[in-house]
Amino acid sequence: MIRCERVSKRYPLSGEALSELRFHIASGEMVFLTGRSGAGKSTLLKLIGGLESPTRGQLFVDGRNLNQLSPRQMSFHRRRVGMIFQDHRLLRDRTVFDNVALPLVAAGVRHQEIRRRVRAALDQVGLLGKERTQPIALSGGEQQRVGIARAIVSRPPLLLADEPTGNLDPDLSREIMGLFERFNQVGVTLLIASHDLALINSLAYRTLTLDQGRLVADSGTPHAFRA
Amino acid sequence: MPFVPERRQRKRSPERRTLLRPFIWLSQHLQSALSSLGQLRRSPLATLMTAAVIGIALALPASLYVFARNLQQLSGTWQPTAALSLFLHLDVQQPQAERLAQRLLDKPDIQSVQLILPDQALESLKSDPAFAEAIAQLPENPLPIVIALAPAPRLADPESLEALADWLSSLPEVEFARLDTRWMQRFQGILALVERLVLLLAFALSGGVLLIIGNTIRLEIENRREEIEIMDLVGATPGFIRRPFLYIGIWYGLLGGGIAWVLIAFSLFLLQEPVAHLAQLYQMDFHLKGLEAKELGTLLGGSAGLGLLGSWLSVGRHLQTASTR
Ligand SMILES: Nc1ncnc2c1ncn2[C@@H]1O[C@H](COP(=O)(O)OP(=O)(O)OP(=O)(O)O)[C@@H](O)[C@H]1O
Ligand SMILES: [Mg+2]
Repeated sequence: MIRCERVSKRYPLSGEALSELRFHIASGEMVFLTGRSGAGKSTLLKLIGGLESPTRGQLFVDGRNLNQLSPRQMSFHRRRVGMIFQDHRLLRDRTVFDNVALPLVAAGVRHQEIRRRVRAALDQVGLLGKERTQPIALSGGEQQRVGIARAIVSRPPLLLADEPTGNLDPDLSREIMGLFERFNQVGVTLLIASHDLALINSLAYRTLTLDQGRLVADSGTPHAFRA
Repeated sequence: MPFVPERRQRKRSPERRTLLRPFIWLSQHLQSALSSLGQLRRSPLATLMTAAVIGIALALPASLYVFARNLQQLSGTWQPTAALSLFLHLDVQQPQAERLAQRLLDKPDIQSVQLILPDQALESLKSDPAFAEAIAQLPENPLPIVIALAPAPRLADPESLEALADWLSSLPEVEFARLDTRWMQRFQGILALVERLVLLLAFALSGGVLLIIGNTIRLEIENRREEIEIMDLVGATPGFIRRPFLYIGIWYGLLGGGIAWVLIAFSLFLLQEPVAHLAQLYQMDFHLKGLEAKELGTLLGGSAGLGLLGSWLSVGRHLQTASTR
């Protein structure tokens, strides 16, 4: 599903955020990405999601070489990748419903279908009662879950989550992880960036560790993963 | 289990998706157009003010065009009674001249003829005291017979009148033909000038309209930067993101064109009565003409086109930076 071949990303101001990354994530895997703040976790997710492009190296997602996609093809790529952002990236002046509907609107899905799918997505994150609320009136954890609903609403085969439990209490964190595991059971590939080591260690999934832009540890596929 | 990855679902009905594509495309456009209109309606005062500026800018060349059209119509109404004078040879006698006059009257190019005999001409000259004494000295009448004729109204341009005059002077009875086209040339000159002015104004003010719309769209993009960014993140194509702004431009153009039309119609309404009164004083059958359906179509089409072009240029300049690539 994801193949990284000597990928480097250099920012003009802050220097090399990722260097010579090399790994492969198979379709259907659930993988954690960890590392200290500034290690490059968000940057890697942005590269895979097609929001930034690598300075060097090749990145293949679902068989597509991201370097070779036109802007339009890149949009189609983004539709097939659900992204959960560290800073939520919700529209403050829109309702929860409208926010979650955005990917479907962008993909030209019909109205009734949008209603149905948005409600299903909100149901999964436990926010069905908040459709008409604006994100401003939600707690940090609720905003996080709106972001999750938006990422899963178009049922992408790949989910990238950047600190999805950053603002959640331990119970809610477990619940969200449970949700991710359910997605994984129906075949969704997940890459979850998190520095909540306690949570990661309690779950026994493959873990990639970044340090200053380098891949310093890959726990490999644990017993739980079935090919 | 409600959650099924998109890839699997798509496999289920690929042909249905392909069949629906044109409809999806059309409904997306319709939706964009309507939601852009809704966007404009949410701030009616600002929208109306921008549209009014565009409307006034468009009304200037358009009303000058209407003026030129009416002027042209006027030139058709104002046929001179004797624009051509044929001076016959001195040896041509009255019966021969009358036969010639009759022959000329039968021509479709000629509307009316009038025979002016030497005696009549001399009498009218004598009534002028400046000539009276000199004429009294003459042993005999030196004047030829003159045929004054008016060409058919459809010969309104100098070229065909010139051709008619050439043909007339080639007649054996005719010594020479004098064509009085100076007034017409002046009139045509003025008309050409006005038409050129219409073009010039239209060109300059179209540039102004482009700037107004471009700037309005720039502000619109600025206001919706966050939304644009997020649409980009969740996979909206560049075309999809661009579309609502292009429609806003088209709506502004159309609104401006509509306002220009209302302005022109209103001014014509105010002018109708005094013009009719004036025409009556000159015993002319003349009515002000407004924009015809076709011309209104051109105005609205042109203004919508300007709106699209203005927003397209602006979107090309400003939307690139909003996108994350
Ligand atoms: N848009 C950017 N422009 C310049 N430098 C950037 C940009 N984004 C990230 N960086 C730099 O790249 C490095 C990695 O940042 P990144 O956001 O990927 O870290 P992270 O692992 O997600 O950290 P955190 O756990 O705090 O979210 C940092 O040194 C950061 O300063
Ligand atoms: Mg981060």
